[in-house]
Amino acid sequence: MKILVCVKQVPDTEEIKVDPVTGSLIREGVPAILNPLDACALEAAVQFKETYGGNVTVISMGPPQAEQALRQCISVGADDAVLITDRAFKDADTLATSYALSMTAKQLAGFDVIFCGKHTLDGETGQVGPQIAEHLNYNQVTSAMDVKLDSGSLLVLRELEEGRQTVAASLPCVITVTKTNYTPRYPSMKSKMAANRKEIKILSASQIEGLDMDRIGMSGSRTKVTKSFVPQAGQAGMIICEETAEQSGRKLAKLLVDAKII
Amino acid sequence: MDKSLYKNIWVYVELTEGKAAKVSLELLGEARKIADASGEKLVAVIISDAAEKAIDEISNADVDEIIVVQGQEYKHYSTDAYTFALTQLCKKYNPSALFMGATDNGKDMAPRLSARLDTGSIADTTELYYNPETKDIEWTKPAFGGNLMATIVCEKSRPQIGTIRQGVFKAALPVKRDNINIIREKISTPLETIRTIFKNYTANESTDDIKIEDAEVIVAIGRGVKNQEQIAVFKELADLLGGAIAVTRPIVDCGWYSVKCQVGQSGKIVSPKLYIACGISGAVQHTAGMTSSDVIIAINSDKSAPIFGFADYAVVGDMFEVVPALIDEIKALKGI
Ligand SMILES: Cc1cc2nc3c(=O)[nH]c(=O)nc-3n(C[C@H](O)[C@H](O)[C@H](O)COP(=O)(O)OP(=O)(O)OC[C@H]3O[C@@H](n4cnc5c(N)ncnc54)[C@H](O)[C@@H]3O)c2cc1C
Ligand SMILES: Nc1ncnc2c1ncn2[C@@H]1O[C@H](COP(=O)(O)O)[C@@H](O)[C@H]1O
Repeated sequence: MKILVCVKQVPDTEEIKVDPVTGSLIREGVPAILNPLDACALEAAVQFKETYGGNVTVISMGPPQAEQALRQCISVGADDAVLITDRAFKDADTLATSYALSMTAKQLAGFDVIFCGKHTLDGETGQVGPQIAEHLNYNQVTSAMDVKLDSGSLLVLRELEEGRQTVAASLPCVITVTKTNYTPRYPSMKSKMAANRKEIKILSASQIEGLDMDRIGMSGSRTKVTKSFVPQAGQAGMIICEETAEQSGRKLAKLLVDAKII
Repeated sequence: MDKSLYKNIWVYVELTEGKAAKVSLELLGEARKIADASGEKLVAVIISDAAEKAIDEISNADVDEIIVVQGQEYKHYSTDAYTFALTQLCKKYNPSALFMGATDNGKDMAPRLSARLDTGSIADTTELYYNPETKDIEWTKPAFGGNLMATIVCEKSRPQIGTIRQGVFKAALPVKRDNINIIREKISTPLETIRTIFKNYTANESTDDIKIEDAEVIVAIGRGVKNQEQIAVFKELADLLGGAIAVTRPIVDCGWYSVKCQVGQSGKIVSPKLYIACGISGAVQHTAGMTSSDVIIAINSDKSAPIFGFADYAVVGDMFEVVPALIDEIKALKGI
């Protein structure tokens, strides 16, 4: 099995704070991490390889420092890594991102399964996986919690909002992965050192065959962010603060009953 | 591309066991407003093996037109069959926008369809606005873990596609328009092109408790609750008001409630008639899920808690004293 995993380096949103004075996001000092669900996608891919044999390549589109995330992937089981990095890719929406990734996958050729995370921490769209599938004309299964090979096709357990569904899916296929069964493993000292020595293949836009420059980056994007803002609270309505908390509770009850809210 | 060639606001109505999903009805309500603002028709699209009941149901949802695709191959959702059918429809009718619920299926299909039609798709939106000047829809969604709201447009291509979270909008009251146009389109997807085959489905074990997304009253508890025994009094309040208990993420992390009861960014969006937040600080990730409630009460001992900024009634005090007194007084006033 030839397996590809798409991973993205993202800001750790747990660490993002809002500046109380300016009301804008403080991005400095926020660590960049491997998107948590992409670590799960990698774990799924590595388990898949361990069971059925094959080779796992990781790919990322991002700035040069995304190399860190790729090395992390190698330290926990990926065999090769490819970073596509170029100013021309900047400000891509999911359609332009998925196009660039799919063209690179075409060039690397012959993947049976492509694993993605269900969604990223920063964009939170979950769109890149299905869009890669469309560009490559691959099959797709989203929200997978378990993936098996069964007489030449995949048997996938999907974790849905209200239940679990099993589907049989033919190859080649893009799978987006949820966390449940795929807790990422830890690297060892030795695997970390080996990952640091590993050569990572770096491609610029011009090194991707047949890439249409009008379909990448900002010009290839079909959506545009026009505005962003920090959600703001307003003013409290009626403040209830009697002498004792018990009195406040009773006052609230009266107000609610009088206003026919309850 | 000439945007004026694209007309009408479409809502893809997802069916579960022949009935329209709650989010689809919510979307029809909101899409009606957009269609009125843009002077276009509101069109519901149904794809199913058995659509008749749904056609009756949707006829009462204030729509101008219903487009129906029926066939055995649509019995279970599959990316291939549904994307194929919607692609054919979009190419034939050129809608200006297509809304879907941000359900498992909606999130599976919207991006695939958008890539096929080479247009933009916006995921997990929580606000919609039609801009009369640009004639584009402005879609607002949380990003960066809910710390930021981003407004996104799809200005260069059509249709504008997007998924919208359940619970953000209220379903419209039933209205039946005269002369609803029902169009039946015969689109069959060749079986051999469907690459994913449904095998089986097991619903999660449901408890008898009310689902928070359906509850008219929610008593929400947060980190102010220090141990499981302390929950009883809030449960008593919820029962008294015929409501459900919802929680913040730390409570889910403690293992006291499942994520199904979590309100917020990574949980559910709810809009009950009454939301009572007890011992909740009001982090953006939580408030992202509850601000469209009709009436919000916050009970918190810290008078500077951000949750008060969203509250119609802000009760400053220890909730373990406020809530028992509240229960007691309600019983007294209502003679229970
Ligand atoms: C990516 C991401 C996604 C997230 N998604 C969600 C989500 O979907 N939903 C969610 O809820 N959170 C979410 N969070 C977590 C969120 O940021 C907050 O950490 C969380 O909402 C805080 O929960 P809390 O208000 O219960 O706890 P705290 O912030 O600890 O607040 C407890 C409050 O209780 C008050 N209190 C304590 N004792 C009493 C008392 N006796 N009487 C009255 N008041 C008392 C305190 O004054 C305080 O205001 C997310 C975080 C991230 C980074
Ligand atoms: N820049 C990128 N490079 C590689 N993979 C990506 C990139 N962006 C998104 N992906 C993959 O697509 C998934 C969904 O991303 P998103 O649509 O941004 O939520 C991620 O979990 C990754 O697997």
